[in-house]
Amino acid sequence: MARQEQGMVEKRGAGLWLAHVFMITGVLIVSFPIWLAFVASTVTHSEIVSPPMPVWPGDRLWENYKEALFSGANVPVAKMLWNSLIMAVGIATGKIIISLLSAFAIVYFRFPCRSMFFWMIFLTLMLPVEVRIVPTFEVVAGFGMLNTYYGLIFPLIASATATFLFRQFFLTIPDELAEAARVDGAKPMQFFIDIVVPMSRTNMAALFVILFIYGWNQYLWPLLITTDPEMNTIVMGIKQMLPTGDDITEWPVIMATSILAMIPPIIVVISMQKLFVRGLVDSEK
Amino acid sequence: MEKRVTFRGWGLPFFLIAPQIIVTVVFFFYPAIQALWQSLFIPDPFGLSSQFVGLGNFIFLLNDEFYAASFLTTAVFSTLVTVCTMVPALFLAVVADRLIKGSGTYRTLLIWPYAVAPAVAGVLWLFMFNTRVGLVSWYLGQIGYDWNHVLNGGEAMGLVVVASAWGRISYNFLFFFAALQAVPRSVIEAAAIDGARFWRRFFTIVLPLLSPITFFLLVVNIVYSFFETFGVIHTITAGGPQQSTTILVYKVFSDGFVGQDLGSSSAQSVILLVIVGLLTVIQFKYIEKRVHY
Repeated sequence: MARQEQGMVEKRGAGLWLAHVFMITGVLIVSFPIWLAFVASTVTHSEIVSPPMPVWPGDRLWENYKEALFSGANVPVAKMLWNSLIMAVGIATGKIIISLLSAFAIVYFRFPCRSMFFWMIFLTLMLPVEVRIVPTFEVVAGFGMLNTYYGLIFPLIASATATFLFRQFFLTIPDELAEAARVDGAKPMQFFIDIVVPMSRTNMAALFVILFIYGWNQYLWPLLITTDPEMNTIVMGIKQMLPTGDDITEWPVIMATSILAMIPPIIVVISMQKLFVRGLVDSEK
Repeated sequence: MEKRVTFRGWGLPFFLIAPQIIVTVVFFFYPAIQALWQSLFIPDPFGLSSQFVGLGNFIFLLNDEFYAASFLTTAVFSTLVTVCTMVPALFLAVVADRLIKGSGTYRTLLIWPYAVAPAVAGVLWLFMFNTRVGLVSWYLGQIGYDWNHVLNGGEAMGLVVVASAWGRISYNFLFFFAALQAVPRSVIEAAAIDGARFWRRFFTIVLPLLSPITFFLLVVNIVYSFFETFGVIHTITAGGPQQSTTILVYKVFSDGFVGQDLGSSSAQSVILLVIVGLLTVIQFKYIEKRVHY
């Protein structure tokens, strides 16, 4: 995105330095909470409870993370990380697959109730999980899916956004390709697998980044349906670690858990920054 | 827009669209209808039978001072979150846009809080302002300010607002930055030649050109503050003290799951559905406009 030519209105000298100062201050303020959490995850409990806590990392990094990962409070954090990973990957993959299939059906076929189905998918935009929590919980309980990965994944898997995105994209695929496939006697599914899917690869990857973060960061839904600590996801599990009342709060372990909870999505965002920005812009259109 | 070339057959497309439709019906429509239905009843305390009350639950809610208070809380909360996230994001984007070198690096450094879940953001801010061990609250104490969000409703509100706005700055920054980069250089330079200084150029040229993206972000941020901030509130204040941070979504949860008042919780869900519906319509109206530009 960097501009190639240097225009005449860019400031030099003092103004430029001031701009850098503002940006660095902004970055520092925005990063400070994460830095402090990291510091807290590397010191001892007693260093935190006698304020002010240090602002530079201590030497307990290994011990604190080991304790969090393998002991945790109710359940080892490693187990919660695993649950989160399954949930996030399951939601992202599931949304992409069912949206890809339904967009293909909507764009490349004429069948009864087509536009009704389209509107039904559209309407799910208006039904975020937060507004239908009690009845959705009852449905999932009725299926016996409480404390299961199915229960964590399926209710969040319908995706109007992804369906629209693929629909828009399929509409830009030249008609000649489908024509040629038909003349060659290719079956619709052959056309789908050999032409449509490979062409959608970038869109799928960009969506995957966004949906992975969406799935990883879910809070309310896992909170409702995982009563068994063994099934907790890490984002909701941290809250369970915060004590109620006058118990001793193991801050270093909790903060180590918080850091562990943000590492996977942060890695995804930073390492796939281009895809992430593209997915963000695409999925909001 | 439609495809000219399509494939024949009915069976296959039904089969392809079936998974999406089944999930939609089972986990979206059925629960939504169920919420509508339950909102017309009051179940007895043992859950054995329920009594049809028509719009009774709604009438009760509209006259309930706690519900009115929750509406007001939500309005204050979402206004503050939207302002606290958009103003710093716009400022940083404007500054970054002026830099020729390094704006990419700053973008990378600003992006990552987006990846932090609202609930985790809640824990981070709770830790900084914790009344016993928090670093910020300790320094506030040193300068004579006694911070206690557990007892003080205003401070609790301030804390959940900042924690909710924090991670969203990245998101807003990205969109503002992209929009600023798309402003034609020639327009800016023409104004500069005419002697317009930076702030004048900003208010008369850049800001009007940013108005579509600003409106878009406004709607998106309001939706965010209504629904996705549940994690922040649940971790930091759990709606307290004295319900001073109980936003509408939190009240659906606490009345339905904690209070077991299913009729009222369902009626609240229905009211929220109407609000989301309105916001979605506004969002799409705007997008249509932008497409026709």
